[in-house]
Amino acid sequence: MVVLETNGLVKDFGGFIAINDVTFSLEKGQKHAIIGPNGAGKTTFFNLITGHLKPSQGTVEFEGREITGMPPHQIVRLGLARSFQRINIFPRMTVYENIQTALIAKDHKHFSLFTPAATQNRKETRDLLDLVGLNKEMAEIAGELSYGKQKQLELAISLAENPSILLLDEPTAGMSPQETSDAIQLVDEIASSRGLTLLFTEHDMSVVFGIADRISVLHHGELIASGLPDEVRNNKEVRRVYLGEADDAAA
Amino acid sequence: MGWAMPRGVLTTCILVLVALACVPLMESRYLIDLSTEILVYVLFALSLNVIIGFSGNVSFGHAAYFAIGGYANAILLTTYEWPLFLSFPAAVVLSAAAAAFVAYFCTRLTDIYFAMLTLAFSMLVWAIAFKWRSVTGGDDGFVGVNVPEFLNSRVPFFYFTLVIVTTSIATLWMICHSAFGQTLIAVRENLTRAGFIGVNTRMMRCAAFIVAGTFAGVAGAIFAMYNRGVYTESAFWTESAQVLIMTLLGGMYSVFGPAIGATTLYLLERFANEYTEYWPTVLGVILLVIVLVLPEGLVGLAKRIRGHIAGGN
Repeated sequence: MVVLETNGLVKDFGGFIAINDVTFSLEKGQKHAIIGPNGAGKTTFFNLITGHLKPSQGTVEFEGREITGMPPHQIVRLGLARSFQRINIFPRMTVYENIQTALIAKDHKHFSLFTPAATQNRKETRDLLDLVGLNKEMAEIAGELSYGKQKQLELAISLAENPSILLLDEPTAGMSPQETSDAIQLVDEIASSRGLTLLFTEHDMSVVFGIADRISVLHHGELIASGLPDEVRNNKEVRRVYLGEADDAAA
Repeated sequence: MGWAMPRGVLTTCILVLVALACVPLMESRYLIDLSTEILVYVLFALSLNVIIGFSGNVSFGHAAYFAIGGYANAILLTTYEWPLFLSFPAAVVLSAAAAAFVAYFCTRLTDIYFAMLTLAFSMLVWAIAFKWRSVTGGDDGFVGVNVPEFLNSRVPFFYFTLVIVTTSIATLWMICHSAFGQTLIAVRENLTRAGFIGVNTRMMRCAAFIVAGTFAGVAGAIFAMYNRGVYTESAFWTESAQVLIMTLLGGMYSVFGPAIGATTLYLLERFANEYTEYWPTVLGVILLVIVLVLPEGLVGLAKRIRGHIAGGN
């Protein structure tokens, strides 16, 4: 079943075409990686899907419903959550409050002026802290955590919305090899156990081929290939513009 | 219930409240008047902090809602001879409605553009008060407010103020510690991310603005009765600036910080006026000190000193 679809998506930044006529679909339960050289338009593509940017042309459909141009908070409510390439948390709140606030929002309690915050969603907050392994740090100020732990926190915040699709923009960017491996294992486990559909961008090819069951390749804003990992690996066009570059450098 | 106030804060609040309740026993007119005025400004500053400290926007026009509450209460009591139990709530509702109207436009913007638009709207309120002479009394002010008999002397009026201000502050405290308050902090901390946890950030900022305007209206309605009059100055931008400085001086990241700021600044102004004519100069220096060395206000300073002492041991 197709859960997310874009048709002829275009983003024109005043003459610079960042995304050019991208038609793409995501099947339920897939772990789908979007790869491409720097500047290929991966983040822009995510921003268009999640409502952070408005497309110049084309449509985005989520579970058969058009969501083009909807504001982010409505798209999140439909079950499409995301994380960001650059850490995006609530830095001066505690780790616990970061997650708790996301849960409050999930339950539509953020306009409850006379519901005490402290007692809300306690168990769920604990569960998410457990899930991403931030139990010990729950009382710490989020902005003071190590980089890797902030990334984990952001994952927990995204999961708090109980999404059916999770978009991860470079979930391992800036991480050490050990952190990368831990983070990917965590994401993989969570996606499998919760039946999440995963759409992620990633620059580390070992990560991509390690967990993705579908790969799409963006180049200069165009989707040049999409398919099983082996198909993509053997695709001539892809080898030329992307993987090939690495081969050349190695040779 | 879940409204757990830290014990230290609760104790302090009770002590302050008891001390205030005992003020009339000293039989000093000066002290009673001073306490009444400070209470009004404390509420005014705390209301502004919902916008600044919680939603993360700076309003340069908060005096507008103070003035609207004041004028509305004064006019309804005097011109239309409404009873207080109707005029007071009506004045507050009117302040809230005005805040909602302004918030609708201002929350389209952020940062300095937001601040400038709040300033523009407040000057509009000032201009209306200035020009609509037949209703507001223009630049002579609206004088001779018809205060109900039972509040016509100093001590009952002081207790009236104490009860209303305390109730308002307790309500504000609850709002700040509610699911709404915590989400509002998230909006302040990271507008983008707040949107991506499913929060309509513009509506949140709107709601914060309305809450702030409502309680500014309460403060203004009390002050009009206290002064037996309302003057155009109460809507002027300098009044907005003063309450802004009060909030910053106390510390915007703490719920009670602005109360400390309001008290300190008010007392400083009183004392400075006894020794010098140059209060604006003193105010300028205070503002400089806040901006340069006290970004989190007096509360932040107290925390830093406590940290030092704890660290030193």
